[in-house]
Amino acid sequence: MSKPTSLASRLYRGDVSYDIVGSRKRWYTVSGIILLLALVGLFGRGLNFGIEFQGGAEFQVPSANCSVESVRTAAQNAGASAPIVTSLGDSRIRVQTEELTPEQSKAVVDSLATTCQTTAGEIKIQLVGSTWGAEITKKALTGLAVFLLAVTLFLTIYFEWRMAVAAIIALIHDVVITIGIYALVGFEVTPATVIGILTILGFSLYDTVVVFDKVKENTRGILGQSRMTYSDAANLAVNQTIVRSLNTSIVALLPVAAILFVGAGLLGAGTLKDLALALFIGTAAGTYSSIFVATPFLCQMKEHEPAMKALAARVAARKAGQERKASEKAAKVVAGGPSGSISDDVASDDDTDEAAAAGVAGAAAVATETRKERPHRQGPRNQPKKQSRSKRGKS
Amino acid sequence: MANVAKVRPWRSLILLLVITAGLCAWAFWPGQSHTPRLGLDLQGGTQVTLVPKSANGGGDVTPEQLEQSVEIIRQRVNGLGVSEAEVTTQGSGGSSAIIVSVPGENRQGLEQQLSQTALLDFRPVVLEESSAPTPAPEPSVVPTPSPTTTKKAKKGSSARTATTPTPTPSPSAAAPDPTKMRPPIQAPTNSEFLQRAYAALDCSKPENYQGGTPDKPEEWLVTCSKDGSAKYLLEPAFIRGTQVSDAQAQLPQNGAGGWQVNLTFDTDGAKALADVSTRLVPLQPPKNQFGIILDGLVVSSPYFQEPILGGTASINGNFTNQQAKDLANVLKYGALPVNLQIAEITSVSPTLGADQLKAGLIAGALGLLLVVIYLLLYYRALGIVAVVSLMEAALLTYTVFVILGRTVGLALTLAGVAGAIVSIGITADSFVVYFERIRDDVRERKSLRVACETGWSKARNTLLAADFVSFLAAAILYFISVGNVRGFAFTLGLTTVIDVVVAFLFTRPIVALLARSKWFTRGGPLTGVSPERLGVEPSRELKEARAERARRKHKEEPVTAGVGSGTSSEGESE
Repeated sequence: MSKPTSLASRLYRGDVSYDIVGSRKRWYTVSGIILLLALVGLFGRGLNFGIEFQGGAEFQVPSANCSVESVRTAAQNAGASAPIVTSLGDSRIRVQTEELTPEQSKAVVDSLATTCQTTAGEIKIQLVGSTWGAEITKKALTGLAVFLLAVTLFLTIYFEWRMAVAAIIALIHDVVITIGIYALVGFEVTPATVIGILTILGFSLYDTVVVFDKVKENTRGILGQSRMTYSDAANLAVNQTIVRSLNTSIVALLPVAAILFVGAGLLGAGTLKDLALALFIGTAAGTYSSIFVATPFLCQMKEHEPAMKALAARVAARKAGQERKASEKAAKVVAGGPSGSISDDVASDDDTDEAAAAGVAGAAAVATETRKERPHRQGPRNQPKKQSRSKRGKS
Repeated sequence: MANVAKVRPWRSLILLLVITAGLCAWAFWPGQSHTPRLGLDLQGGTQVTLVPKSANGGGDVTPEQLEQSVEIIRQRVNGLGVSEAEVTTQGSGGSSAIIVSVPGENRQGLEQQLSQTALLDFRPVVLEESSAPTPAPEPSVVPTPSPTTTKKAKKGSSARTATTPTPTPSPSAAAPDPTKMRPPIQAPTNSEFLQRAYAALDCSKPENYQGGTPDKPEEWLVTCSKDGSAKYLLEPAFIRGTQVSDAQAQLPQNGAGGWQVNLTFDTDGAKALADVSTRLVPLQPPKNQFGIILDGLVVSSPYFQEPILGGTASINGNFTNQQAKDLANVLKYGALPVNLQIAEITSVSPTLGADQLKAGLIAGALGLLLVVIYLLLYYRALGIVAVVSLMEAALLTYTVFVILGRTVGLALTLAGVAGAIVSIGITADSFVVYFERIRDDVRERKSLRVACETGWSKARNTLLAADFVSFLAAAILYFISVGNVRGFAFTLGLTTVIDVVVAFLFTRPIVALLARSKWFTRGGPLTGVSPERLGVEPSRELKEARAERARRKHKEEPVTAGVGSGTSSEGESE
């Protein structure tokens, strides 16, 4: 356990930093491929809608005294053309047919009850009119639209509109992937699946909000310095929240996995399994997208702002100057003299600066051990910034 | 961040204790059910979803139409004699649905009875007989000086119109044999059979005025009034409900005689009314009356005062405002308030219901166990705080379900159970966010005591924002969807709120208390936040404190102190 933890803290301090924002093209490609596959599945194979969406009838009969074959014959004899008969777990058999009138359904039930030597009361019956399925779909879509609007509004107020857009894009990404996988694998889509997908919306956003909150924190007052660009700060935020994102996702996935396991194992199929499957895929996609899609996309949009462009130019200029110095200094460090000046400065400053220095001057990271112990900072975070900048300006 | 010093952990804890104790007392008060009400998919039963569609094809279903349909369906369901049957509506406007739940064994044929279109028709009365022990006195005509186009009518002796609250069936009443000769009894002609049926009919028996079966308009009819106070023999219908183009409750211009109901008929209806009223006016009571029949029962039986030739009429009979409105609603919508389409029928046997409940509970227990193990392994002492917080959240959720099941009839469905299980993860996520913030601050070389405070002030906003989004999702799902999705959304929304309550009133103060304990702030390996484990050098103060402790321990006795004080802090967290 100690290894990942120390990795976690190195990630936090920026000692180890994955350049996620910088290598966004790679992640976009990965997402693009998955999305493409999902879309191929969606439009090529299409979704396998359950009877709730198409209309139809479903019966579940205890299978202690009958086989799938005998049940199929019984259903056909009772007038159901082309019934789909599957066994659920080891105690039930499911029969799905086209839409039946109540009279036809009664005939099927009676026939099944006779074949399986049970009473009509023990048979689960579900009859769905085809218009109802359309209704459910319409409602789900309305819900989705209203939700997206409300969330965009909220995120715009709480963060800013670019973050809202990035979050929504990540959200759509997750939902398309989930639906696409459903299509590819051919899982049945039931109302429970829809519930699962709608829950993913909340989940995916939860994750994105956590990451963006850190981005917001790291980029506060970013225009007042010239050591890191917006992307640098956002990348640091992503690195700092990776562990948290992993932990929240694992914790969220554990109960879902339990539902999946029990739902599939004990009942064979049904609400629990359908729900958990959608959730499982969606949550995994949600974690991925808030780190690898939402944040890089946000940075892309931010870097288009004139102020951010100016900042990036300043940073680049400063970096060029510093690289020269750093190489000189690195030479000194190798020579043996502990370089106090950079690391001291860093530790006293805001954590954005800290990481910036770590990112900019790779050599400084080695100097962690040389950091002095200092009293806890409790004052306003940005206080020392100005002074430090002027100091740096002189140097 | 500056005012983090002003934490009063005990105050929050006491508040939460009061809330918890209150909910528990309410939920577990002796003499009532202490378990949540189960949905049909968990206890077995039949659920029929009916979608009302506007009969004339265009436009949405109005709330009045919906209400009227529910009223009719409730009447039909009550006619089944199932005591626990339930009729509810979901959604509104174009997306509304009526949901009928009948617990217990599968009921075949339920759906047919429910989906039949309610039928309103007007029939001339042939015979009327009050079934009250003391016959109600024959009503006197209320003369109203209105234009001749007004139908002067007086309510029949017994009909109390639609104001009668829904007849509540005595549970035992309909149980014996519902197929026996129950109204409406019909025959193509006024036959001897019908006469016998009329003679034998006892309308004071509740099972005889349950209604629910629409009558055939072209046949003769023997039936009861809606409140069972009279029985009737009626001719075939002369006006169908569809021919009523409007009905309004109004106060007459001169204000005399209470509220009245003004009716407008379409061309065919007006002609039929003119013919029949001309024929009936000179006859003796009750033959000058006509019955307004809804779903096989007589809602009202006014009599004609004069021929009505203009296609508009008014019924007056000292109605109260409410009575007049109800009658107007029956007339306006009663016939075909809407077409009820069977959208879905689900029938679950009690055995399967029990299996599903069991599966849900096992999944829940397993999920909880996995999360608990993970939290304990990863966060150690903080993990214990998280686990106790989860238990508190679970307790609150359970009691709220018990209370809501008892008070507003909220039923826990399988989807709801799934929602609750999923929420274990979401609730635990809040703790993870908080704990990771603490660890971040420890990495920034803050002392544990300080990190617990600053970590919270940073985590708080993240938590609120993220939980708000979850809640938003749940609320929107709840208001827009129907059926299963709704149950799930409700659970999710509820648990999100409980998550916030527990995080603010429990987890946070407990961690604040923990931060005061010496053992925790020394940051041993069992705390889950030891600086060494987080990869930073312990601060000088921390080292000194540890050294001090080691010296004292050395002086007293060498016990495994970490574990000892660990249990003491556990005690604190409970």
